Amino acid sequence: MRHIMAKSLAPTDAVRDYLAAQERKSLLRFLTCGSVDDGKSTLIGRLLSDTKQIFEDQLATLERDSRKHGTTGDDIDFALLVDGLEAEREQGITIDVAYRFFATPKRKFIVADTPGHEQYTRNMATGASTADLAIVLIDARQGVLRQTRRHSIIASLLGIRHIVLAVNKIDLVGFDEAVFKRIVADYGQFSRELGFQTIVPIPMSARYGDNVTVRSDRTDWYSGPTLIEHLETVSVDEAAVELPFRFPVQYVNRPNLDFRGFAGTIASGSVAPGDEVVVAKSGKSSRVRRIVSHGGDLQQAIAGQAITLVLDDEVEVSRGNMLVSPAARPQVADQFAANIVWFDEHALLPGRSYILRTETDQTSATVTDLKYRVNVNDFAHEAAKSLEMNEVGICNISTRSPIAFDPFAENRTTGAFILIDRITNATVGAGMILHSLRRAENIHWQSLDVGKRGRADMKNQRPAVFWFTGLSGSGKSTIANLFEKKLFATGRHTYILDGDNVRHGLNRDLGFTDADRVENIRRVAEVARLMADAGLIVIVSFISPFSAERRMARELMADGEFVEVFVDTPFEECARRDPKGLYARALNGEIKNFTGVDSPYEVPEKPEIHLKTLGKSAEEMVEALEHWLIERDIAEDQYDSGGGI
Amino acid sequence: MNIALTHLQRLEAESIHIFREVAAAFAKPVMLYSVGKDSSVLMHLAMKAFYPAKPPFPFLHVDTTWKFREMIAFRDQMQQKLGFDLLVHVNEDGVRDNINPFDHGSNTHTHVMKTVALRQALDKYGFDAAFGGARRDEEKSRAKERIFSFRNAQHVWDPKNQRPEMWKIFNTRIAAGESIRVFPLSNWTELDIWQYILQEDIPIVPLYLAKERPIVERDGMLILRDDERMQLRPGETVENRMVRFRTLGCYPLTGAIDSDADTLEAIVGEMLTARTSERQGRLIDRDEAGSMEKKKREGYF
Repeated sequence: MRHIMAKSLAPTDAVRDYLAAQERKSLLRFLTCGSVDDGKSTLIGRLLSDTKQIFEDQLATLERDSRKHGTTGDDIDFALLVDGLEAEREQGITIDVAYRFFATPKRKFIVADTPGHEQYTRNMATGASTADLAIVLIDARQGVLRQTRRHSIIASLLGIRHIVLAVNKIDLVGFDEAVFKRIVADYGQFSRELGFQTIVPIPMSARYGDNVTVRSDRTDWYSGPTLIEHLETVSVDEAAVELPFRFPVQYVNRPNLDFRGFAGTIASGSVAPGDEVVVAKSGKSSRVRRIVSHGGDLQQAIAGQAITLVLDDEVEVSRGNMLVSPAARPQVADQFAANIVWFDEHALLPGRSYILRTETDQTSATVTDLKYRVNVNDFAHEAAKSLEMNEVGICNISTRSPIAFDPFAENRTTGAFILIDRITNATVGAGMILHSLRRAENIHWQSLDVGKRGRADMKNQRPAVFWFTGLSGSGKSTIANLFEKKLFATGRHTYILDGDNVRHGLNRDLGFTDADRVENIRRVAEVARLMADAGLIVIVSFISPFSAERRMARELMADGEFVEVFVDTPFEECARRDPKGLYARALNGEIKNFTGVDSPYEVPEKPEIHLKTLGKSAEEMVEALEHWLIERDIAEDQYDSGGGI
Repeated sequence: MNIALTHLQRLEAESIHIFREVAAAFAKPVMLYSVGKDSSVLMHLAMKAFYPAKPPFPFLHVDTTWKFREMIAFRDQMQQKLGFDLLVHVNEDGVRDNINPFDHGSNTHTHVMKTVALRQALDKYGFDAAFGGARRDEEKSRAKERIFSFRNAQHVWDPKNQRPEMWKIFNTRIAAGESIRVFPLSNWTELDIWQYILQEDIPIVPLYLAKERPIVERDGMLILRDDERMQLRPGETVENRMVRFRTLGCYPLTGAIDSDADTLEAIVGEMLTARTSERQGRLIDRDEAGSMEKKKREGYF
């Protein structure tokens, strides 16, 4: 490798002029998508090469890599420029989205090169979420494929309104206009419902550069723009600055008692000192006193700027809330409908609790109703009980506390959210809000004169929910029965919710699929909560194999009220006891989805009470439970008399 | 309203947003401060993000003991001027074993004194989020990385299984022992960095500007002989040459370029005609194919 002597060219003024011109250029963010092997990475390599973005040393590396991993014979394989991961170069596929940067004299570009394989759809969505335009590549020999449709639907859902239909590898169909026209017609037919504002079809060969940056003389029947001409001139302005003011509060900056600033990025609209603003969730209003910045106060700030606001009054605002225009306020609700794209290999299950995050807010959320799944081939709305990886559906969502939002169609920043798995912390889904189901401010809890405390006091006890979890045959029901007898004998008011019994009544409509198991537990948890509210000591005896649902049940109850009891009996022992003869049948394959056999049991990590039953009597187990209850009541009495609450 | 943000204003806002998100969502963040030009920009943005307060996290410099002396002097000057909380970490095991780039090669040296040292420091203080100045335009495995990039308890990056990153909604949730590397400059290019340094008048280490310096030509690279630890091989001589650096690291591993660009404007002018990428001056990227990805998976920034 040789070092080089760089020419120091221009006089200072020329450089300043150049930089000023750079500053005035607009930015276009776009992605390339489409099916595997349609040539996405090759196209980006071609764009970078033709716009002179590739340096000599990179070209040398590329030539070396092309010989080693290339799929283009003796030619340079441009895909290797963007497929940056070792696994990608070895397998010749794109796994994750790569971001590349280039500029022409007219515009700057950030391009996301996204994977075509269905299993990596979530990485395509990542690239699409920040893009304004999508280049949908189609192999002229293949036409519109399943992934072409899936990517187009996801691009549409994520708010992309401008499409370039790149009919690639046109050289391989002899530059045939008829092939081009047929594909354009197919795509036009398919995409009618997707709400795209522009669809610009271009016949091209990314490998040889036809109609990419240079007009091809082999497609003389085509009179439209080259790809680069179109990218340089297409107008994608969303004009977020024209929308009502939205300022999601990200961080409260309080270095000392004299300064309290609300930091965040303006999602839409603009703001100036003196403007009236409203706190979205409380409806309290105030005025902007200052827009503080490092280089001195600002007289105005607009959408996209990261600023710090100081208000006139000491209104209560914290991270997750929003300062908004008083004239046009966002919705505040805890129930809404949304489009969901699912990313995780574990399916979305209605009833299961997830963490919902907007740009700055976070709460727990469940899908109360999966209305339908969208078939990516024909848009058919299909009934579904769960949403598998890479599927798209429309759901009703219920959150634990209300959030402030706008419909995604009106505001891409305040209308979006992600869902996070509570246990693995994986990002499992992305959501685009359609509309609220009812306004949170319209639903008031019926206020009741007789309270939970009063009802419990009358029974001379503290409510509790003992939640027994463990394999079938582990001894849950035996221990629960004995426990209730003991409590009853000492004058306590109790009730047992037993898995088998509830399935004969309340939950008779549910089966044993994962989705039904989640709903089974949700209903029982709600019933247990009502009973605890009535002042009872509730004993729930359910296999409840999933930790996510046990956690959901825990969160429904008041602090200290939920007692997770892990009835820990080894699988072999349960199968040996087999009181109902179920293990024998399950192991024979006669019963499906049997916990411990072909359906998992997730062991509790930190149960309040861990009962290891092997070699112990039910009496000994119950003593441990009674002991726990006495300890808790003593602790709470002390807390109360100490003037707590 | 007929106003729009400039390109640099957009980049700046995005970076500030990322800084604040980390400060709001993590218990113990740290900024990795490497003293280079990207670190200088990062530091400037951190100051802006929390103004009038100071950044609510310390700055960590992993000192390999082979940095240019001018870098260390600049670091201490900046610390005095801005008053940030500076932590310096050296891998004492490596010092004891006298690990150095001449006897052990760039690979071992970088692994022990930089990658392992960084892991030691992160574990020692229990940081749960660490800012770095990496940009996606630098190298092709970096082009693949998320802005919020998850690390398991062993500090390992799994490039095949990254969390989806939608819009500006970042998943900041981690379990105990896990951490996130955060890259506020992900979407900046080298040109943007220089342009911003010029616009904001951000101080940088003088090594970026051309000057006569004592240079040894070795293995096709121009090495600045920064101290006596660099022994001359037979036939090698030290000559004073007008050079500057496009990136800064350990002096025996960082090649200079012949240049007479001694002002920021001249540097930008030079960049516009450059025919090689900035990492060309870095020996460590060329050790073997996919070397940056390998280092990153092991915990290198």
